[in-house]
Amino acid sequence: MSILSVRDMKKSYGAIQAVGGISFEVKPGEILGVIGPNGSGKTTLFNAILGQIKPDSGHVEFEGKDISGRSPLELSRLGIGRTFQNLQVFGKLSLRDNLIAAAQEFAGTFWGRMLAPPDNGLGQRADEMIEMFRLQQVADLPAGSLSYGQQKLVDIAMAFMPKPRLVLLDEPCAGVNPSLVDGLRELLVELNKKQGGSFVVIEHNMDFVMKLCHRIVCLVEGKVLAVGTPEEIQGNRAVLEAYLGN
Amino acid sequence: MISKQHLAFLGVSLAALLCAPLLLKTYGLYLLTLWLVYVIAALGLNLTVGYAGLKSLCHAGFMGVGAYTVAIMMKAGFSFWLASPVAIVICFALGLVIGFPALRVQLHYLGFATLGFNLLLVLFFRNEEWLTGGTFGIQNIKRPEFLGFSFEGNLAFYFLVLAVTLVTGILLALLLRSPWGRAFAALRDNPIRAESTGINITAYTLMSFAIGAAYAGIAGALFATLVNFIEPAPFGIANSLLFLMMVVVGGSGRFYGPVLGAAIALLLPELLRDLKDWYLAVFGLVVVLMMIWLPGGLLSLRETLKLAKAKRNAKLKMEGLV
Amino acid sequence: MASVRLTEQVNKKDKMTDFLQLLLSGVATGAIYAMAALGFTLLWQAAGTINFAQGEFVMLPAFAMLIGMSFGLPLWASFIVAVALSILVLGAAFKNWIVDPMRGSGVVAVVVATLGLSIGLKSFTKAAYSAEPHPFPSIFGDEVFKLFGLTISYSDVGALVFAGVMVLGLQTFLNKTITGRAMQAVAQNTFSAEALGINVKRMIFYTFAINAILVAVTALLITPTYLAKFDMGDNIGLKAFFAAIIGGFNNSRGALLGGVLVGVLENLAGAYLSPAYKDGVALVLFMAVILVKPDGLLGTPQERKV
Repeated sequence: MSILSVRDMKKSYGAIQAVGGISFEVKPGEILGVIGPNGSGKTTLFNAILGQIKPDSGHVEFEGKDISGRSPLELSRLGIGRTFQNLQVFGKLSLRDNLIAAAQEFAGTFWGRMLAPPDNGLGQRADEMIEMFRLQQVADLPAGSLSYGQQKLVDIAMAFMPKPRLVLLDEPCAGVNPSLVDGLRELLVELNKKQGGSFVVIEHNMDFVMKLCHRIVCLVEGKVLAVGTPEEIQGNRAVLEAYLGN
Repeated sequence: MISKQHLAFLGVSLAALLCAPLLLKTYGLYLLTLWLVYVIAALGLNLTVGYAGLKSLCHAGFMGVGAYTVAIMMKAGFSFWLASPVAIVICFALGLVIGFPALRVQLHYLGFATLGFNLLLVLFFRNEEWLTGGTFGIQNIKRPEFLGFSFEGNLAFYFLVLAVTLVTGILLALLLRSPWGRAFAALRDNPIRAESTGINITAYTLMSFAIGAAYAGIAGALFATLVNFIEPAPFGIANSLLFLMMVVVGGSGRFYGPVLGAAIALLLPELLRDLKDWYLAVFGLVVVLMMIWLPGGLLSLRETLKLAKAKRNAKLKMEGLV
Repeated sequence: MASVRLTEQVNKKDKMTDFLQLLLSGVATGAIYAMAALGFTLLWQAAGTINFAQGEFVMLPAFAMLIGMSFGLPLWASFIVAVALSILVLGAAFKNWIVDPMRGSGVVAVVVATLGLSIGLKSFTKAAYSAEPHPFPSIFGDEVFKLFGLTISYSDVGALVFAGVMVLGLQTFLNKTITGRAMQAVAQNTFSAEALGINVKRMIFYTFAINAILVAVTALLITPTYLAKFDMGDNIGLKAFFAAIIGGFNNSRGALLGGVLVGVLENLAGAYLSPAYKDGVALVLFMAVILVKPDGLLGTPQERKV
């Protein structure tokens, strides 16, 4: 069974068809890359999966349940985590508190958490993540006071804190110092191995996607142009043409 | 955990509060008691405004609901110990009701929505004479009694209020340390992110309003029995604004911010009594200047300097590492 | 029998006349609220400033005119002086000394600062001038005239016409002149406006100056009914906020609609429902509007930034 399946999804804005019948599946434990030139429908697809827009037709299913139109809260409760393209951390909370905040609502009950210990039993897990992301030096500083690259790492670590079964990564490399991109990729591979779960990565950095992903979906003009392993995609003439232009 | 410095600070403060009545005359003791009452209310507002980041401008109105509930029930022959829990529950429920617009409107509208609600409460206090006594108010509200022991005396009542202040303060501190406190701060810092990490914005928004209002209810119950006479004026918009200033001037989102803010708002007019009507003009000007130079409130002064230092140190350590 | 019917008819006619009279004076008051509301939305659009002292900004020119008249100036001359002072103090000084230094401190800090300003200005007026209400002449005189059985005061008609001309004139200025369009561009997107070569700082100053003129005119028109008192701004400020939000915070025409709605409905509610709760009408209307359409009647939804 697939974790996420997008079936014949269509979405138009007026006369412009943003997505014209996309279908693909994400298998358990898989890292799936979504690439495509600007305007190929990546963002529309992403927003549809996140329930922020309702497709005109077709379905988005997570573990067999239709999730189109669900709120961000419901999606996170179902086990879908996400990262943000721009910085979205809790600025005044310490880095460590940011990580705990990202997972605390998944343990215990609403009223129970009123009386629960401050870290809701997540202190150790947060420390592990901090170590994994090598953020020990700044763990107690307010997240808003960290550098852009560090906040980006916090954002990604937050998405993985509650051990979601599916994580959507929205341009994880955007704005990250090129010298740190390799380290980020290794982190994601390690996370994938350690805590399982499937990832969907939207990213412009080809090298990053090719090395990270198990399979890649290439979108062009709202349609799936090619699906395959990184090697297959790299050898696909149609993909090359789409990127290099006619 | 609590640091040694913090513990020492608490010990000294408590000792000072216990000994203070020895040095004070009737009026001084009254002011000190009133300060504690304001502290309770401002602590609650700090939860709503400072920690959960919701602009509430009807705190005096909530306090009025608490005060009137207690006054009306005690006049009807009920005990203070029954009336004040009822007052707290009513305020809590009203807070839930007022929290609903908070979910609908953008944050800056919320100030107006709550301000308007406060206006409506004052109109109610003033016009429903059969219940509230209208502009004449309710007089001769008795102070509570417990198992035959009367808190009628100013000193005994002061210690009662001090005890309530300590209990409410500790409860709030515990709440803020719990996962709830972190959820409130997350809501304040970034609601969009909070929602996508499973934090139920609706529930926490409503709870921050309701708990804040309940604290105002407690303060109102004590206020009614402290001054023995209530009328609509102290529960108007002007005092709601004053409560907001207590929180912000002291340092919103800092536990002791409202404690300091309440002292400034209440004791400064006494110290500057020679200025008479000019006092508030000076106060307003000081608030404006403070917002320009120190928008985080008085208590942010040290933190701002500390943060700058910590950042410098971290930068030195991180160099070459990441 | 016939006489009874006649009385009924007379009563009916009286009721109708009452209603129309209430409607007219409501529209006149509402048009005045609309001016304060308009200034309020302009400041928000151009500079992101929520001015909680808007009511006091109306009160100050009223006292300026009062002082002018106490020196023997006629009302119109005092008004001109008040407008000039208003642009200087409530426009330029407010912008340069309070709003500009707070850029980047967040909305809450601005809200609290203007709240402080509101308290300060009120108390200053109370301490420096007086705590008593002072009568204030209407620039249109106290006479009334009869039209179709309605008793209409010149001051109501004058206020309506004056406020209407101000609001529509401002609309035309904003939409038809180069300066007005530049101001709107700044309000919509400061960065692209700057890239287009618009002098953003000057346009923002113009916005503050227009607000200063609007509050001075509001003072001229409303003080005859409200009387000049240090806390007269409480009510006006609140009504202006509500009118602005009811109409739509990001829409200038919305302020006019909101103002008139508030003015009319509170007049009618005061007469037919409960005079005691008249001041609550704006709130109830506001609550109803934000629950159904959070962006106001004429407002456009503001995009949620993800």
